[in-house]
Amino acid sequence: MTQNIDQDVKQDVKHDIVLDPVVEITGDLVAEHGLSEAEYRQVLEILGRAPSLTELGIFSVMWSEHCSYKSSKKWLRTLPTEAPWVICGPGENAGVIDIGEGLAVVFKMESHNHPSFIEPYQGAATGVGGILRDVFTMGARPIANLNALRFGDPDHPRTRHLVAGVVGGIGGYGNCVGVPTVGGECTFDASYNGNILVNAMTVGLADAARIFYASAIGIGNPVVYVGSKTGRDGIHGATMASAEFDDQSDEKRPTVQVGDPFTEKLLLEACLELMATDVIVAIQDMGAAGLTSSAFEMASKGSVGLELDLGHVPTRESAMTPYEIMLSESQERMLMVLKDGSEDVAQRVFEKWELEFAVIGRLTEGGHMVLKLDGDTVADLPIAPLADAAPEYDRPWTLPATNPTQVAMPAGEPAEGVKIDLADALHRVLSSPDLAGKRWLWEQYDHMVMADTVRRPGGDAAVIRVHGSNRGLALSTDCTPRYCAADPLLGGRQAVAECWRNITAVGARPLAVTDCLNFGSPERDDVMGQFVGAIQGMGEACRALDFPVVSGNVSFYNETNGVAIKPTPQIGGVGLIDDLDLLVDMGFCSAGEAILVVGKTNGHLGQSIFARVIEENESGAAPPVDLEVERRNGDFVRDAIGQGRITACHDVADGGLLVAIGEMALASTLGARLHYPAGGADAAGFWFGEDQARYVVTVADRDVDAFVAEAVRRGVRVFTLGMVAGKDLTVGTDTIISLGELRIAHERWMPHYMAGGAQKGIEPGIEPGN
Amino acid sequence: MKAGIIVFPGSNCDRDIQVALGQSLDSLPDMIWHREATLPDLDLIVVPGGFSYGDYLRSGAMAAHSPAMREVVARAKAGVPVLAICNGFQILTECGLLPGILMPNTDLKFVCRDVFLRVENPSTPFTHHYEDGEVIRVPVAHHDGNYFVDPDTYQDLIAHDQIAFRYCDDGGEVNEGANPNGSLDNIAGVVNRDRTVLGMMPHPERLADEQLGGTDGRALFDGLVAALS
Repeated sequence: MTQNIDQDVKQDVKHDIVLDPVVEITGDLVAEHGLSEAEYRQVLEILGRAPSLTELGIFSVMWSEHCSYKSSKKWLRTLPTEAPWVICGPGENAGVIDIGEGLAVVFKMESHNHPSFIEPYQGAATGVGGILRDVFTMGARPIANLNALRFGDPDHPRTRHLVAGVVGGIGGYGNCVGVPTVGGECTFDASYNGNILVNAMTVGLADAARIFYASAIGIGNPVVYVGSKTGRDGIHGATMASAEFDDQSDEKRPTVQVGDPFTEKLLLEACLELMATDVIVAIQDMGAAGLTSSAFEMASKGSVGLELDLGHVPTRESAMTPYEIMLSESQERMLMVLKDGSEDVAQRVFEKWELEFAVIGRLTEGGHMVLKLDGDTVADLPIAPLADAAPEYDRPWTLPATNPTQVAMPAGEPAEGVKIDLADALHRVLSSPDLAGKRWLWEQYDHMVMADTVRRPGGDAAVIRVHGSNRGLALSTDCTPRYCAADPLLGGRQAVAECWRNITAVGARPLAVTDCLNFGSPERDDVMGQFVGAIQGMGEACRALDFPVVSGNVSFYNETNGVAIKPTPQIGGVGLIDDLDLLVDMGFCSAGEAILVVGKTNGHLGQSIFARVIEENESGAAPPVDLEVERRNGDFVRDAIGQGRITACHDVADGGLLVAIGEMALASTLGARLHYPAGGADAAGFWFGEDQARYVVTVADRDVDAFVAEAVRRGVRVFTLGMVAGKDLTVGTDTIISLGELRIAHERWMPHYMAGGAQKGIEPGIEPGN
Repeated sequence: MKAGIIVFPGSNCDRDIQVALGQSLDSLPDMIWHREATLPDLDLIVVPGGFSYGDYLRSGAMAAHSPAMREVVARAKAGVPVLAICNGFQILTECGLLPGILMPNTDLKFVCRDVFLRVENPSTPFTHHYEDGEVIRVPVAHHDGNYFVDPDTYQDLIAHDQIAFRYCDDGGEVNEGANPNGSLDNIAGVVNRDRTVLGMMPHPERLADEQLGGTDGRALFDGLVAALS
């Protein structure tokens, strides 16, 4: 096999390009490939001639928004990416951080929005597959998956089908590969009716001294293809992900790839087995834009050229053209550069795992990518201009007008002194689609395989034990799109802050984040403005909280028929717990313990779940995010957990204080008695306001004084709200909320909805399954 | 005592059972690749959970024909104890070491959650550290756990006391609400007539460690080691 290629190289020194005589590169063809006229002129300039069809296809995917980040690069560069514990920031397959004791954590989040809308099961499944490969490509064994899902209005006719398909696909893939799916989010909003979001995150564990990168070096080293065969599926997936949807999007179904988690599991084991030897020079998974993207990235990073004989690429179908081979997005494939002469070692490993193994080319001097088939040169492209000199735009943007800054409700505000029915409101909020229990989803995910899941789904952050140790990783994904829509800057800040807070709430030290930035079309000033604002907010929060961005993904064009989604800068964070014995949970532990609120309660109802569900008002302002207070409060809570002073902890987020307390009660079998504070904010604002930087904690009676004194010393606001007691939630003297009924309301919405029941809320007396 | 775990392409609970069983042993059990046609001397063979061969065709169907399984069947027939969990149980029914089949769950969804099991037969090397009728909490994680046998075989299972575990509620009552997959008579695990082979859908190896939320599975491994050492 190797010999054949060498002969081919010698035979074809002339590099005559075989231009397909049938295919004339017309303006329409260029447009169909998603290249603008200006970009096509640049193609002509780089080549000094018209491209072949294969070359046009390659330019098309490499310069697609999805692969090139041409609209976002300028802004992504403003994010903080460094910290003493960062081993590798953005630009590789995934980010890498040092967690001490010779270990590194490798993680990234990625979107698979467009394919999941068109074909939810396969779209979501291959999303999981792609992000798993990004992580094990770098030498890490994946130890946890998370996913952030945003669906349309539950009443939308397509929503139920999409939820069922996406959840089935995530489970079907992750369960089979044997990586636990331990956390994430699932919320509903009409802005996603025509464009759902499926953001998948994988976290892996690696030897810090053995991280594998994509930089191809060593002229003459063999380029090796491993994994599945290449088929005609997914051609132009990256281009699809770089265009908005319209009513004809269903016609794009053939561009969605089909996943095979069994092959992924074999590929994972084979790669890790080979990585234990020293034969791999560089490795890159074939994700979006397939062989084109992986070959280019590896060659570009190593400043080498390469020559591939496409006749050696294992194909599933006969007579595949170079165009199809280069642009296929068939799943479960990897490209590697090996040390010359070590092909046999690698081949034995891949044959053991019953995977394809083929030497398809060599690294060359000269910086060109030369593709051959049957002795003909079918493409000859200079790598640097293509991979590095891809277009970069400074797109016009305008910051959208933010909603008026108001603390209280603009309209329908519960008037001062008028009591709201707390029990009714809590029931409705906790059984609303966004806050209802999501057991229906996560019980379809194997969240315990690998036997290191210390905190299962449903809490603040999932916790995974570092295998064979008493240390743990706290993982969380966060974003509040309605805040981002009201004020992108505050929303960006809040997404990072909430992730940091969730990780803090279990007692972990937040280390770094990955992001998945989902927006509408960057070609519109207001959408670009949302993007710029969100990035600015994220950057501020990441800097203030020492929480750098080490990897990420941008997904633009999330809109249908000109209507964009709510801006959704999804954050996935990783934190470290040095001693799992000090971990705290959110469930109440024992009766008699004091319930305290850390952080200041102003009663900000704008953009709250209360405003949305009870008042049906979505016009308010997003809550302010004071990063200095956020940091001070969080550091205080984490230290107190580390000192063993806190017995249970939960961050206050969606739904506010009473929801947080309700969730703590539901996570246990204990209730609470809460003092109704006299004066201050009105009842709705007090109990359901979404002021940031807050936690609810329980502290044993004997520790309360010391806890409060320490808070005062550190300038942290705390006050005692009540105590853990009984089996119900008692507020003041006259409001008793049955925990049993609350649990039913909270757990019932999701299964009831998926069984075809009432959609927006649960009507009393209607049983699931109707 | 020497234990070996058969590893198929697609097994994914092999390490988990190695760690859990290893807690009860002095050393870690060996991993045995499915292509091995000859097995070392073993006192216990474990067929672990996962998705052997991707569960393509039918769960466990392809793994049942691998070289190592031919040897496992021969050893089992010679009396070597075999513990088969989840996909392992499916494989053993496919190769005829245990009666019955495991069909897709009645709601056609994968289910991962803790369930309660009632110990129905404590007189096996696998269950003798449990009390008769003891209720234990152990997770399930499967898509095809709906156990079925024909009426004659069912009578046979009852007559020979071959039902090891049944799904029950936290009070030990065996009822439909406690059945996660629709299995016949809430059967969660069965033994062969000699009680040397156990197949079970739940994963005792996942709750054999306080840090993971429970240790009810531990007694199975401690009991096995005590019986076989």
